[in-house]
Amino acid sequence: MQDFLNGLMLLSNFLIVPATAYGSQLALGALGVTLVYGILRFSNFAHGDTMAFGTMVVILVTALFQKMGISIDPLPTALLAIPFGIAATTLMVLISDRLVYRHQRKVKAAPVVFLISSIGLMFVLNGLVRFVIGTGDQRFSDGERFIIRFGEFKELTGLDEGIAFKTSQGLTILTAIIVVAALFWFLERTRAGKSMRAYSDNEDLALLSGISPERVVMITWILSATLATIAGTLYGLDKGFKPFTYFQLLLPIFAAAIVGGLGNPLGAIAGGFVIAFSEVTVTYAYKKFLTYWVPESWAPEGLVQLLSTDYKFAVSFVILVLVLLFRPTGIFAGKSV
Amino acid sequence: MTITKQQAPLAFAFMALALVMVGVFQSWSLSLTILNYCLIASIMALGLNIQWGYAGLFNVGLMGFAALGGISAVLVSMKPVPEAWALGGAGIGLGVLVAVATIFLAVGAYHRLPKGYIRGWGMAVIVIGGYFAARYFFDPATNLIESVNPAQTGFLGGLGLPVLLSWVVGGVLAASVAWVIGKVTLGLRSDYLAIATLGISEIIIAVLKNEEWLTRGVKNVNGIPRPTPYEYDLQQLAWAQDWAAWFGADLQDFTSIYVKLCSAALALVMLGILYWLSQTAIKSPWGRMMRAIRDNETAAQAMGKNVTGRHLQVFILGSAVVGIAGAMMTSFDGQFTPTTYNPLRFTFLVWVMVIVGGSGNNLGSIVGGFLIWFFWVEAEPLGYALLSFLTSGLAEDSELRSHLLDSAAHMRLITMGLILLVTIRFRPRGLLPEQSQQTRSH
Repeated sequence: MQDFLNGLMLLSNFLIVPATAYGSQLALGALGVTLVYGILRFSNFAHGDTMAFGTMVVILVTALFQKMGISIDPLPTALLAIPFGIAATTLMVLISDRLVYRHQRKVKAAPVVFLISSIGLMFVLNGLVRFVIGTGDQRFSDGERFIIRFGEFKELTGLDEGIAFKTSQGLTILTAIIVVAALFWFLERTRAGKSMRAYSDNEDLALLSGISPERVVMITWILSATLATIAGTLYGLDKGFKPFTYFQLLLPIFAAAIVGGLGNPLGAIAGGFVIAFSEVTVTYAYKKFLTYWVPESWAPEGLVQLLSTDYKFAVSFVILVLVLLFRPTGIFAGKSV
Repeated sequence: MTITKQQAPLAFAFMALALVMVGVFQSWSLSLTILNYCLIASIMALGLNIQWGYAGLFNVGLMGFAALGGISAVLVSMKPVPEAWALGGAGIGLGVLVAVATIFLAVGAYHRLPKGYIRGWGMAVIVIGGYFAARYFFDPATNLIESVNPAQTGFLGGLGLPVLLSWVVGGVLAASVAWVIGKVTLGLRSDYLAIATLGISEIIIAVLKNEEWLTRGVKNVNGIPRPTPYEYDLQQLAWAQDWAAWFGADLQDFTSIYVKLCSAALALVMLGILYWLSQTAIKSPWGRMMRAIRDNETAAQAMGKNVTGRHLQVFILGSAVVGIAGAMMTSFDGQFTPTTYNPLRFTFLVWVMVIVGGSGNNLGSIVGGFLIWFFWVEAEPLGYALLSFLTSGLAEDSELRSHLLDSAAHMRLITMGLILLVTIRFRPRGLLPEQSQQTRSH
């Protein structure tokens, strides 16, 4: 029994808790991608760099607050800075929509032209972020680092293995729940949210019933910028901020959105967790865990790691391909334009 | 800014002038280096144009195909490491055999087993079992190979064949990987192809970085034989010394420029051949069919054209061209460094080239390749100059000024983004738009 619990704790500490936090971050990112896809009907390649932009503003404001001595100890100061990040990112996204995408909407350009435009924007944002904050690692989490420490947990339960629950992980999961709840309340209950869903389902019908397309597009961008900033900041608090990493997040985020069904918000959340859990499960070394759960004589020699962590991209990719092959519209039926 | 086909030579004259300016103001050696990379970039752009311009396939995995070309330069031309082969060769061979057998079994099972859960689980069991069986042979062998003189070799080495052969091998390798990816993802919608190719290119780079027994990984492979003569050898030759004296140039400068001219000539020949082939293809009935498929898939299908089959064909051809360019780059550099493969530079920059040059126009892609590569390299000094001018009012030791000047290198990303955005907004068909190639009846 003791061994069983020890094994369970080990698994929770290294697998379930990190994967849940990572899954929440991916889900928030994928929600932003999926909303833009549902309304504007293109895959926004600039989303990773929008996340980086938002996080950059949050980091700068956090540094300012720290200098001024403002803090909300034990919580990280970055939480105070998030509204500023959201405001700046929203402004940036709205300006870029005005300058880049609005013309393409006016001439009714093909979705792929929007996609190419978003690649241009990706370059600009990527350069801008590197220009302002550099390419190096930024750690900006302060306050209490752990909710439950490893040692405390062991003392509390008397087990050999414990769970170290980081504040950033707890915050990520909590924030994700609040944000997702608020988003769904917005989409289901408010007039603006309903008009968004109507527009996404049937553009012509929505236009006929007097929904202003420009307004819907604006709300979509605001939501996407908000989600991107929050997702980026949470990821940064958890794993540190580096512009290039955010660019690379594009792949798991898109994989999550497609696996869930592009354009479907619920699917994006499910997809985020599917990708995160498979990435972590496949790259986790099970050796120590197996020593608890199987008889001693069966104990394996190697690390019992299915795939080295360097190949975590491969996991998102394989899941993506499997879903595309066997269920091309995703787990929850998304759009297939 | 409108350039017609007749004015295309003007664009090249402009580029030549720009390169001469670099030669005069910076250095001739730099100017020729830029020229060589411009030529390679043009070949890559040509490869993408075959996929995007001819068929409308959205491939954002160019980096992976270029890297496959790069590794083939290593695998073809490096000397084999006999001790490594002796220690681990058998294990690797068995591992590969098991992996191939697994794939055949899985494909066989897919066709034989009844549809439904039995097929799904059966294939899963075969694949997972085969994976562990292959790992059983691979893992000990790779450890042995990597332990052979790790500072110098630690990998299997290559075949020791002439490096020029690797250009062909690079193309073939990229083409075969493209075949696998194409089989899986073509026929799906374009966004999915984009994400799938983005994913596969990251995986290829991850493999090249981590499979040290094959590629030395992040330890890099140096000293890949070059297709051009070496400066040191040239300096020993009497005619080179005479020529240098005749030009009144330093012997070292002369040989370095001579070598770069040789590379440029090789690349130019390659570009010429590929351009001629692409032009011939697009003007042929096959090319007309490709454009018909691109412009209206349903109509082409109704005419009995196999759309997915043709897409696969064009995807393979374009990827092969990118693979060739990747092999050329690595063999000119003489080293293979997996960490330098960055999607912005190797994938999205090529996209900027094709869009700016003019999708569907081969000459346009070449112009785009030249232009964009030139600005990519020169944006840094130009950005630096611009920033030093703008900040000249600030004090010498101003923190803002030094930060801005340090970050000048990132100006190139912003410049490229702006060029792409301006092109797609004001001139979506590019500098040299695709010509409608109707045959004249009179």
